[in-house]
Amino acid sequence: MVSDASRKAAEGLIAALPQPAGEAGWVRDVRAAARTRLFEAGAPHRRDEYWRFTDPARLVAPQSAPVVDAGEVAADHGGDGIDAFPGIDAHRIGFVNGVLRPDLSAHARLDGVAIASLADVLTQDITIARELFGKLELAGQEKVLRPLAMLNTAAARAGVVLQVTGTVATPIHLGYRQIGEGAAVLRHVVRVESGGDLTLIESGHAANSLIEVDVAPGGTFRHLRVSLGDKTPTVAQIFGRVGEGATFKSFTLTADGSLMRNETVIDLVGDDAVGHVAGAVLGRGGDHIDNTVFVTHSALRGESRQVFKNVLTETSTAVFQGKIFVRQPAQKTDGYQISQSVVLDDGAEFLVKPELEIYADDVKCSHGSTTGALDPDGLFYLMARGIPRRLAEAMLIEAFADEAIEEIDDPAMADAMRGHVSAWMAERA
Amino acid sequence: MLTIQNLQVKLEEEDKQILKGVDLTVETGKVHAIMGPNGSGKSTLSYVLAGREGYDVTDGSADFDGEDLLEMEAEERAAAGVFLAFQYPVEIPGVNNMTFMRTALNAQRKARGEDEMSAPEFLKLVRAKAAELEMPAEMLKRSLNVGFSGGEKKRNEILQMSLLEPKLCIMDETDSGLDVDAMKLVAEGVNRLRSPDRAFLVITHYQRLLDHIQPDVVHIMSAGRIVETGGPELALRVEREGYAGLKAEA
Repeated sequence: MVSDASRKAAEGLIAALPQPAGEAGWVRDVRAAARTRLFEAGAPHRRDEYWRFTDPARLVAPQSAPVVDAGEVAADHGGDGIDAFPGIDAHRIGFVNGVLRPDLSAHARLDGVAIASLADVLTQDITIARELFGKLELAGQEKVLRPLAMLNTAAARAGVVLQVTGTVATPIHLGYRQIGEGAAVLRHVVRVESGGDLTLIESGHAANSLIEVDVAPGGTFRHLRVSLGDKTPTVAQIFGRVGEGATFKSFTLTADGSLMRNETVIDLVGDDAVGHVAGAVLGRGGDHIDNTVFVTHSALRGESRQVFKNVLTETSTAVFQGKIFVRQPAQKTDGYQISQSVVLDDGAEFLVKPELEIYADDVKCSHGSTTGALDPDGLFYLMARGIPRRLAEAMLIEAFADEAIEEIDDPAMADAMRGHVSAWMAERA
Repeated sequence: MLTIQNLQVKLEEEDKQILKGVDLTVETGKVHAIMGPNGSGKSTLSYVLAGREGYDVTDGSADFDGEDLLEMEAEERAAAGVFLAFQYPVEIPGVNNMTFMRTALNAQRKARGEDEMSAPEFLKLVRAKAAELEMPAEMLKRSLNVGFSGGEKKRNEILQMSLLEPKLCIMDETDSGLDVDAMKLVAEGVNRLRSPDRAFLVITHYQRLLDHIQPDVVHIMSAGRIVETGGPELALRVEREGYAGLKAEA
């Protein structure tokens, strides 16, 4: 039973955001249902098991809506992580204060994908949107209530809808910029058809973003998110469904987030599906960076991996909550999870909750977690060869983070991530 | 080159005295061997000279070419010319062997105010040195010592030694875990580096390494002290009589 305070807080969350208008009937139904679910669930609270390590108070504090008209913004502005993927040629789609900005977006035709604005799609009756919008989010609520995702379904008005029918040679880059105060709520809906192959990359700041992605049999979806220096509370969510023989791979790099929660919820619904979720965290000051992952195995021979590496300095905190849930029919599941932290200062901490819930009897699932200082033997070995301490530490830390970065298939993308780690280490020195 | 006087060392973590007044002089151009039974303090001496943390020097001194070695950081000692060939070279996943060696070489050159070596120049050098040690080029591309056999690790140590060209090479049980062929390769690598400007401190439990690396001076260490010093014949006596016989005499 949800408390009055929690319900009131949920109502406050909705009231603070502008109400969508002029949408198709089916959308109004989805929104109304999401609002009802949110009020019944209540706003998240520290008392909730799922928020034990990350106090959501700042995430649910009523925030005024963003200034919608941010005016003219030069295309070469910073603030949306336009340079988060150096050396990567990408198809850019820009958002400012939660609004899709055609003037900051590429318009060249991309082979293999149809790109539409969510706001446009929600005024019409378009099948893929109808099949996915709010549906994958709802499916992801089965075992754990995720009120901030409900809020997103109830209120998000801007985003993109991508239908991927072939191999998209160029990654699509969603760049978010926030000017002034306010909470941008963004929603993207992606369907990768059989044989489709898309890389979607995100950078910049949006207070509450959510991607629903449906990967049809044989399709491939790759995702990277780079969050650098986010000073406002942020929750970035993905709800994925992975079909037979399909592949879902996500990697997040989060550096210096004052309060950041990356939440990835995927279900391997088809036989032989693959789901990999990896991330690197670089924390300093009073940063609080949370990676929460929930992988469900629903079909035969699914393979999942969760690989997270955290580098923590000063009084920063990293959280990892990772779950592997194996349904009874999901025999021959191969599930793997590792989360590790290097803690460089006494004030930093790593809070971890690995969970396995398994109903099939013929599965291979493992999880591991470690926390510690840098290996003193390794450090001495490097220093004994003349490498100064700070450089030796940086070499060991880059090698440590690399074990997560190696989960990225594309070498140029991986190198871009390595560049961020090196730059971060150099700033520390 | 190296003058150690009354060196007394205990472990930081526990109140256990390991070196109980070591006196040792190593001369330029000479190969000194330190032999001794397990637990006599040989490896501790090598770590303390190289600057490993975790030891308390409670008394004594170590002078290296007029500088107080014990006051220097590990990386400063390396730049000054001290090299420790590890008994157990550390495996470091994710750090490329060649990148590591080039970083080390250039860090030392920088510390000495010399120009850094360019990548092509370094590549040429490291390939030539690796070939001398019969190391396949592929080993240079791997993570530092990861998946290397015992012999490969030791050869990798000698490769680093020949690249860094130290003044004082401390070799800690370099023969441990090596078969005869590997030991010969390692010994040849060391012998190539013998020079009038360089000294060696070869720490070993067994005499057999000294068949391949002929020492000028042999020291016997026991219970945290140097208890006997002599010529190469001393090593042969250890081989014949064992440490027990020597200790009885001492």
